[in-house]
Amino acid sequence: MPDTTPTPAVLQISAWRRLKDHTATAFAIATVVIVLTPLVAIFGYLVYKGIGSINVAFLTQIPKPPGEVGGGMANAIAGSVLILAIASLLGVPLGIGAGIYLAEYGRNRFGDTIRFVSDVLNGVPSIVIGIVAYAIVVLRQKHFSALAGGVALAIMMVPTITRTTEEMLLLVPNALREAAYGLGVSRWRTTLSIVLRTATSGIITGVMLAFARVAGETAPLLFTAFGNQYWNWKLDQPTAALPLQIFTYAISPYDDWHRQAWAGALVLIILIVSAVAAVRFAVRRGTLGGVA
Amino acid sequence: MANQALPQPRLKGPQPVAKQEVKKHLNPLLKSSDGVFADRVFGWLILGCALVVLAILGLIVWQLVSRSQPSWHAFGWKFFGAQDWDPVNDQYGALPFIYGTLVSSLLALIIAVPLAVGVAVFTTEMCPKWLRGPLSFTTELLAAIPSVIYGLWAIFVLVPILRSYVQPFLAKSLGWTGLFSGPPYGIGMLAAGIILAIMIIPIISSIAREVLSVVPQHQREAALALGATRWEMIRMAVLRNARAGIVGGVILGLGRALGETMAVTMVIGNRPEIAKSLFAPGYTMASVLANEFSEAAGDLYLSALIEIGLALFLVTIIVNALARFMVWSVTRGQPARARA
Repeated sequence: MPDTTPTPAVLQISAWRRLKDHTATAFAIATVVIVLTPLVAIFGYLVYKGIGSINVAFLTQIPKPPGEVGGGMANAIAGSVLILAIASLLGVPLGIGAGIYLAEYGRNRFGDTIRFVSDVLNGVPSIVIGIVAYAIVVLRQKHFSALAGGVALAIMMVPTITRTTEEMLLLVPNALREAAYGLGVSRWRTTLSIVLRTATSGIITGVMLAFARVAGETAPLLFTAFGNQYWNWKLDQPTAALPLQIFTYAISPYDDWHRQAWAGALVLIILIVSAVAAVRFAVRRGTLGGVA
Repeated sequence: MANQALPQPRLKGPQPVAKQEVKKHLNPLLKSSDGVFADRVFGWLILGCALVVLAILGLIVWQLVSRSQPSWHAFGWKFFGAQDWDPVNDQYGALPFIYGTLVSSLLALIIAVPLAVGVAVFTTEMCPKWLRGPLSFTTELLAAIPSVIYGLWAIFVLVPILRSYVQPFLAKSLGWTGLFSGPPYGIGMLAAGIILAIMIIPIISSIAREVLSVVPQHQREAALALGATRWEMIRMAVLRNARAGIVGGVILGLGRALGETMAVTMVIGNRPEIAKSLFAPGYTMASVLANEFSEAAGDLYLSALIEIGLALFLVTIIVNALARFMVWSVTRGQPARARA
C-alpha cells in the first residue's frame, strides 16, 4: 500500500540501524539468560544433592576415619558456631563503635582517613587476613585455635559494619539530635539512646550482611582454626568449621565424603539464610519505626 | 490537644504512681545532662574503636613486611622473576603464581565484563519495571554464595562439562592458536577463569547498574528526541556518560578476582608452571598460600609465602583504591542507589 503521508527524512530509521537496535536488545537479553543459568544450576544442584545427603547421622555424628562410610559433621557445625560467636563478640562492638565515630564525630580529615582505611580493609583478600591472624595469634599460642579463626573473621567483619553503621546513623534526622540536646541530654546519651536506637534495624541489617559474608569464609580459617576431626569446645585448640570441612571433603577421593560435602554446603547455606532471616524478623517486630 | 486542658498529664492513668513512672523514665536521661566526664569517656571510647580500624591496617602491613624480611634478604627482586619453587632446596621464585593469578583474573574479566554490563544495561534501560527488582535481587544472590560452594559446584559440575564438551570443541576449532591445546583435563586455567567470572559478575553488574542509574534522565530524552534508536541512545547518552564508573566497577571485580582463593584452588590444578595453553593446570598466589602455608616447615619457606601474601596485598590495595576513585568520580554528589 502506498504511503500517503511520508515520514520526514529526519525521522526515518534505516533498516541497518533498526537491525543494530534489535541485535543489542537480543544481546542484553542473552546476557541475562547466560548469567542466570549458573545461579539456577548452582542452587538447583545444591538442593538436589544436599537434600538426598542430609540425614540424622550427618547432623549428630563426628567424622569417621578416611574412607569409611557414614559419620557426619556435627562437630564442624558446632565449631562454626563457636568461631562465628567469637568473631561477632570481637567484631560487632568495634565496628559499630567506629561507625558511630565516623557518623557523629568524623566530619574531618581524620574521619576521612578512617573511611578510606576501612574501604581498603574491605578489599584485602581473606587469605591475607588469615596470614595476619596466624602471625599474631597462632605463632604466639604455638598452635592453631578457634580464637585465631575468630580473630581472622572479626577483622573481616569490622570494616563492613563500620561503613554500614555510619551510613545508617547519617540517615537519622538531625532534628532528633537537636531535640535531645534541647532537653538537656548529654551527647553520649543522645548518641546511644536516641540516634543508635533509631537506627537499630538498619545497623542490625548491616551486621547480618557482614555475618553472612564471613560465615562462608574458608580461606582465613585454613591456618587459624585449622580443622579438627573431633569435638572441641576449648578456645585455644584446633577447631573444625563447616566451610573447612566442605573443602577437605570436596577435594578428597572418597564418594561418601563428596556426598557429605554437598550436605554440608546445603546446611551452610541454610544456616546463613536462617540466621539472617531470624534477626531481620526479630528486628522488624521489635522496632518497626526504625530506619531502612 | 485535649490533654493540654487537663491539670495533670494522663500517662498511665490518674493514680499518683504515674508521676513516679514519668520520673523513672526521664531520670536516666536527664541525670547525665551534666555528665561532661561521661561525655569525654564516651568520646575516647568511640575514638578508640576508630583507631582500632587504623591499627588493623597497620598490623597487617607490619606483620607482612616484618615476617617477609628473610625471604626479601635472600632473593630480593629476583623473587618475583624466578620460576623455580623448590621447598626442598629452599629456592623460591614467585613468577608462576603471579602469572597464574594474572592470567586467571584477566580470563575472568574477558568473560565477565560483557555479560555483567549487558545485564546492567538490560536492568536499567530495557527491562519492564516489575522485573527490575527480582532481577537485581537474583544477581545479588549470586554474590551471597560462599566461595567454597562455588568450588564444590565447579569440581563436580563445571569441570566434567568442560572436559567432555567444551574443551574438545575448543581444541578442534581454536587449537591452532596454541591457547587451547593439550589434554583436556577439565581442571586448569580455563576452569579457574570461568568460575572466577561467575563470581565477579554480580559485583561488576551491581556497580554498573548503580552508575547507569545516575546518568541524568534528560540525556536519554535528548538522544531519543534527536531520533536515536534505543541502542544508539544507550551507546551515546548512557554508556558514554557512565564509562568511568563502569571501568571502576570492572577494576573492583578484578580486585576480587585477584584475591579469590577457595574456588580457584579447587579447580586450577595447583601446579607451579607457566604454560601457554589454557587447558594446562596452573597455580595462583592465593592458592599457594591456601595449600602450603599450614605445612610450611622452615623459616625461609614461611617467609617466602608471606612475601607472596604481601605482594597480593599491595596489588589488591592499589587496584581497589583505583576502582573506588573511578566509581566515586561518577556517583559523586548523587545519593547511592538513588533510582534503584
